[in-house]
Amino acid sequence: MLEIKNLHARVAETGTEILRGIDLKVEAGEVAAIMGPNGSGKSTLSYILAGREDYEVTQGDILFNGESILEMDPAERAASGVFLAFQYPLEIPGVATMTFLKTAVNAQRKARGESELTTPDFLRRVKTSAADLKIDMDMLKRPLNVGFSGGEKKRAEILQMALLQPSLCVMDETDSGLDIDALKIVSDGVNALRGPDRAFLVITHYQRLLDHIVPDTVHVLYKGRIIRSGDKSLALTLENEGYAQIIGEAA
Amino acid sequence: MTVHQLRPRTPAESALFALAPAAPAAVHAQAALDALHREGLPNRRVEAWHYTDLRQLIARATSGAVEAGQADDVLAPLLAGSLVVELGAGTAPSGADRDGLSLAHTGDSADWRTSPNHLDRPVDTVRLLNAAFGATAVRVSVEAGTELPPIELRAQGAAAGAHGFAICDVAAGAKAVIVERLSANAGGAPFSTGVSNLDIGDGAEVLWIVDQTKSAGDTHLGQLNVRIGADARFKLFVLNAGGALVRYEVHSVTVGEGADIAIRGVNLLRDKQHVDVTTTLVHAVPHTTATEVFRNVVTGGTGVFQGMIKVAPGAQKTDAKMACNSLLLSDEGEFLAKPELEIFADDVQCGHGATAGEINEDHLFYLMSRGIPEASARALLVKAFVAEVVEELEHEAAVEALEARIDAWLELSA
Repeated sequence: MLEIKNLHARVAETGTEILRGIDLKVEAGEVAAIMGPNGSGKSTLSYILAGREDYEVTQGDILFNGESILEMDPAERAASGVFLAFQYPLEIPGVATMTFLKTAVNAQRKARGESELTTPDFLRRVKTSAADLKIDMDMLKRPLNVGFSGGEKKRAEILQMALLQPSLCVMDETDSGLDIDALKIVSDGVNALRGPDRAFLVITHYQRLLDHIVPDTVHVLYKGRIIRSGDKSLALTLENEGYAQIIGEAA
Repeated sequence: MTVHQLRPRTPAESALFALAPAAPAAVHAQAALDALHREGLPNRRVEAWHYTDLRQLIARATSGAVEAGQADDVLAPLLAGSLVVELGAGTAPSGADRDGLSLAHTGDSADWRTSPNHLDRPVDTVRLLNAAFGATAVRVSVEAGTELPPIELRAQGAAAGAHGFAICDVAAGAKAVIVERLSANAGGAPFSTGVSNLDIGDGAEVLWIVDQTKSAGDTHLGQLNVRIGADARFKLFVLNAGGALVRYEVHSVTVGEGADIAIRGVNLLRDKQHVDVTTTLVHAVPHTTATEVFRNVVTGGTGVFQGMIKVAPGAQKTDAKMACNSLLLSDEGEFLAKPELEIFADDVQCGHGATAGEINEDHLFYLMSRGIPEASARALLVKAFVAEVVEELEHEAAVEALEARIDAWLELSA
């Protein structure tokens, strides 16, 4: 589903190179975890997948379902099935959450040549997903993410994911800022979306999230490259031994 | 003996003055015209007009095109169910006969046009022009304790009605919603002025909405003078979404403790428009409050905000804040903000802030990452920027009507 080939990228403004040749394949139905110390390029990778303009790809390619997405803007990538759950979801005053959700869902449907959802149909879907994530409908009347707690913001991200039904879900440190109960709710939401046609790229610092969202593969990112790949036991090894050992072996 | 040297008039001034009624019926109109001939229009060396050089810009007033259409085209009021009052009609509209309301077309307001008004403000350029060009005045009185459906004041259509003068008295404890409708000239005059003197009695509440959607070539100079009694609330919303040259002045004085002012406004600018909002809020007694927020969207032209807060000696515990935030969507436009505080009391809270910026790229990326195409995402963010102040109105019908106006503008411009 996702194939990253020798991806090099730098910060557009400063020219600082962040990704230095990433190779990664994620198959449909797979949950791949990306781990790595601070500054290894995890968040950059997620932004580049979503199409953020602050970064410049200097070499390599990203294939999604066999086609390069590098020339697509963020909206086009989203419509084709890429979703990024933000580490820090943005607060946008003046945009009602419901309006935003409906605009996004219908924009994607339109881009795919599907008919727009009617309001009752849309509301039904929102209510179902919101209930699963224990999101109060009153919260969705407020401006997008404004005044939401950290946990509410993360749950709102998963709600968006559930409504948009992407085929590739990139989750950037979704566990950060979550207490144990919220972590459970968010993980359940993610697990409910797992399926043979959907892949996940779960970026995290900690093994803790992977107890709830059990990955098929684990990859260690360091200084812009994948230095080790393995199954879920690799995450446990990292939890016990830290990154130093693996980094030492790779050097 | 003093020799009074007359300043030569610019061609634009001459052209404008030539439009005034040649032999005005009213004495005050002739006096106003004489004063204009004598003093001319203010230019940028006059502080209050520094950013709106009327002597130069007034050329637009005589070059504006008369829009196709009939002056008496039926225009739906901004708020459904409003009593529509045509300022130039000379007679009260049908349906004006209501308990608690008295409505009179009157000529007795001459002295307020040309001498110090109920705020003790001396005559100024806008009032002189209004007096020189104007016809009858309208007096709207809302009796104490009454609550009426909205009143829409219209100064449009036929040339006689293009220079409205309205005196509105809202007596103690009454509640009124007044819409000042400044719409496209539709067969009328491309140059208009409007002066309104509003008196809000103790404990009364007035929501005043300025709905300005003038034609692209129109010039309008407006002024609202407000006296606010004890525990009275004055809410003002100004929407500027049209015109070639527009200046709207608000002058208020709080005369009773507990008076509260809430001014919100949205200025939408494009092409070569020049739109100026100038406010002077005088806190004359202790314990009065004011908040003032303008949001401006600029794709072209020049916007001006001059906001003055004056706290009189002894007006302790005044709490007054203003903000002017501009979203600049193109290099073709500019917005000039000049907030001023003049404080003569030592126990007050006053503040102001002005910002100018572009669309937040992080917000744009977030919306686009959810599949919202760039153009829609930008439109959503622009609308959000202004919607925040509209929604503070707490008047559902007004919020809806104004958002519809803003949507229409955004669709054409942003």
